[in-house]
Amino acid sequence: MARKLPAKDVVIVGFGWTGAIMAQELTDEGLDVIAIERGPWRDTAMDYPPNYAQDELRYHIRHELFLRPEQTTFTFRNNMSQTALPIRNWGAFMPPNGVGGGGVHWNAETWRFLPSDFVLRTHLTERYGADFLPADMTIQDWGVTYEDLEPHYDAFEYLCGTCGTAGNVNGEIRQGGNPFEGARSRDYPNPAQEQGFGHALFGKAAAEMGYKPFPQPSGNMSRPYTNPLGVRLGPCTYCGYCEWFGCGNYSKASPQTTILPVLIRKSNFMVRDNCEVTRINTDASGKRATGVTFVDTRGEEWEQPADLVILAAYAIFNVQLLLLSKIGKPYDPITGEGVVGRNFTHQVTSGVKGFFDKEKYNFNPFISSGAIGMCIDEFNGDNFDHGPLGFVGGGYIGQVQTNGRPIQTTPVPKDTPAWGAEWKKAVRDNYLSTVLPATHGSFYSYRDIYLDLDPTYTDRLGRPLVRMTIDFHDNELKMSRFLTDKLAEIAQAMGASKVEKSYRKGPYDITTYQTTHLNGGAVMGNDPRTSFLNRYLQSWDVSNLFVTGASAFPQNAGYNPTGTVAALAYWATDAIRTKYLPNPGPLANA
Amino acid sequence: MLNLRRRDLLVSVALWAGSGAMVKAGLISGRLPWATNAGSPPEPVRPGPWKFFTAQEAAAVEALVDRIIPPDPKTPGGKDAGCAVYIDRQLAGPYGRQDGLYERPPFMKGLKGQGPQDPDGPAMHYRKGLAALDEYCRNQHGKPFAELSDSDKDDVLSGIEKGSIELKGGAGQTFFQQVIKDAQQGFFADPIYGGNRDMASWRMIGFPGTRYDYRDWIKRHNERFPLPPVSLEGRTEWVVRKS
Repeated sequence: MARKLPAKDVVIVGFGWTGAIMAQELTDEGLDVIAIERGPWRDTAMDYPPNYAQDELRYHIRHELFLRPEQTTFTFRNNMSQTALPIRNWGAFMPPNGVGGGGVHWNAETWRFLPSDFVLRTHLTERYGADFLPADMTIQDWGVTYEDLEPHYDAFEYLCGTCGTAGNVNGEIRQGGNPFEGARSRDYPNPAQEQGFGHALFGKAAAEMGYKPFPQPSGNMSRPYTNPLGVRLGPCTYCGYCEWFGCGNYSKASPQTTILPVLIRKSNFMVRDNCEVTRINTDASGKRATGVTFVDTRGEEWEQPADLVILAAYAIFNVQLLLLSKIGKPYDPITGEGVVGRNFTHQVTSGVKGFFDKEKYNFNPFISSGAIGMCIDEFNGDNFDHGPLGFVGGGYIGQVQTNGRPIQTTPVPKDTPAWGAEWKKAVRDNYLSTVLPATHGSFYSYRDIYLDLDPTYTDRLGRPLVRMTIDFHDNELKMSRFLTDKLAEIAQAMGASKVEKSYRKGPYDITTYQTTHLNGGAVMGNDPRTSFLNRYLQSWDVSNLFVTGASAFPQNAGYNPTGTVAALAYWATDAIRTKYLPNPGPLANA
Repeated sequence: MLNLRRRDLLVSVALWAGSGAMVKAGLISGRLPWATNAGSPPEPVRPGPWKFFTAQEAAAVEALVDRIIPPDPKTPGGKDAGCAVYIDRQLAGPYGRQDGLYERPPFMKGLKGQGPQDPDGPAMHYRKGLAALDEYCRNQHGKPFAELSDSDKDDVLSGIEKGSIELKGGAGQTFFQQVIKDAQQGFFADPIYGGNRDMASWRMIGFPGTRYDYRDWIKRHNERFPLPPVSLEGRTEWVVRKS
């Protein structure tokens, strides 16, 4: 029997970016807040100091900072006719663990989605007609607009000290920025990072081809920065150990480097680490959450009562907790009814290798940062006419290469043997003179891509694993092929002597890393029949339950998600502060 | 109702802790916690006896890594770079035992894209794979793999790679792929793990290693970075020799 702890105003499940944002904002409101985190407390100086943070084997190959599949994992299959099998070691994505969550080991690419992304179905239907969309595509409007989120994107960028070149300030298009972006209310807080040779060469070639290249918005600091909370970040040193690593220099925006030093000192906040929430509890009506149950590392079960429950775990774990807690109607892919598990998506990425004459080109690929790079946005979202192309969606493309760490980044031409003297020579000849630009494409939602509970496999606590049923549809593969071809043209124009394209191909494969951007399963919207959350990230069914994170995305856009995830969290805290607390109850009408 | 298996939980908790202390749940408030070396600095691999391989297995692995990464006049091969030592220490540690991975049954054969579904970890793959390799070589050539000529070794390995040679147990191709991956990882990993001795691979390609600050070079486009590599243990020249 779980032992009951004293009640709190707010319990937050998961203590990554959105948990930290929620805690910071709601403690400011005077609420008594506790966060419960499955993994350990982590901080820069004690966990990833620069005397051993730069260890490719430990952090990249052996996945030191991530959740261990032994703690819990997922099962995976491509379609309903297959038997899902457990993901025994991570591959396609890397679930985070510990205080700071993915904010510790992300690259810090800090994008905004396009205004049209938030009204996707309406926008595409108006421009191309409803028949243009594949019949089984279940994309929908978010219920929130870019204009709603703009102040909250801004808040997150100033929290993080995001470095970039604005392309659209209050409607005025600026040279050197992304002319396709939604209007921003002011400049980025910091100038863009410096660019390495390969990144700059991409920008030059793209500009000569008539594109409008711009620096990728980066949460790696271009200069020292003090954020609005008074927390300071140091300048990025371009060390080339960013994604999947913690930053030893306090140069990467993370909860640790932007919020926690202030939050932890508040008397109305505390966090439990190494405690896993196993259930959201509801009262007899099922309409009100009463708190959560968690287990500690000794296996003891505890109940934490609270007036307000914020689910802020990694996207799929949010969905798992809803399913295990029997909150919301599980999605049924046959009937298309139900919402929990619906509209699950990922990202569609691809790349090209550009091999250059080693006598003339030296890119020093090891000099880089997580979110460095030059990009173009001509082929993202609906920035281009899809009419003649027969697909929808898009992505940014760019030279956004983050590293030259040699276990992973020793590119060789594809006809090279996998081992032996020729392999060794090819590694030596190509290491400094190759670029690896990439495409970062959207993944729209479909009726047959969803999450539910696995009938066979369980975690260490005996709970069913989440089952992922996911594959690429033709629309996504066509889109990615189009982007890859455009990218290869630019790589050629950079002066590469040989360009190799790696198209994204089906079936979806769990062993090949794409991104950690899994989305959906508890999406937001204006219709409780097709969304678990209303436009304020509030559960339609249980009004004192809010769910943050990319699980709210009805479909995924062609950008990294963190900027939007964080903006949604600020948007939801604003709604809680200004609307919910004065008058607790549903914030939107069905 | 939660079906909590306490013993399983305790076992798994102990495993995530890696080489560090037992993980304990904590309640944190008021100030940032401090625990020296909470992230556990890496333990350097020291020379010495094999920790996982038998002498015969070690001979085969040294021969394998030296064909995967052959020596040349400028750069040592896999053996002299320490790749066999690296693999030995990795197999004797968490990697060999699949620590932290999901190992609950049932183990069913799946699609390639569903990833490995195999109760055996890398340590067992090497134990079985190396025995099968030597058995094949003894049957076909009358001696173990390590004693073949370089060209015979390459022929055997090419045959396994292409699938024209099958080893007992039927896993020759995947085993060889695993050895290639491990040998190359050891060659490029920090020398603290036993391979990449004297940063041989980093010198070979021009990677400066664990240097952590390139602010003075980010704008020096198309200029070769001038400094030699550094590892997590520094550089040989930095070691103070006491007379």
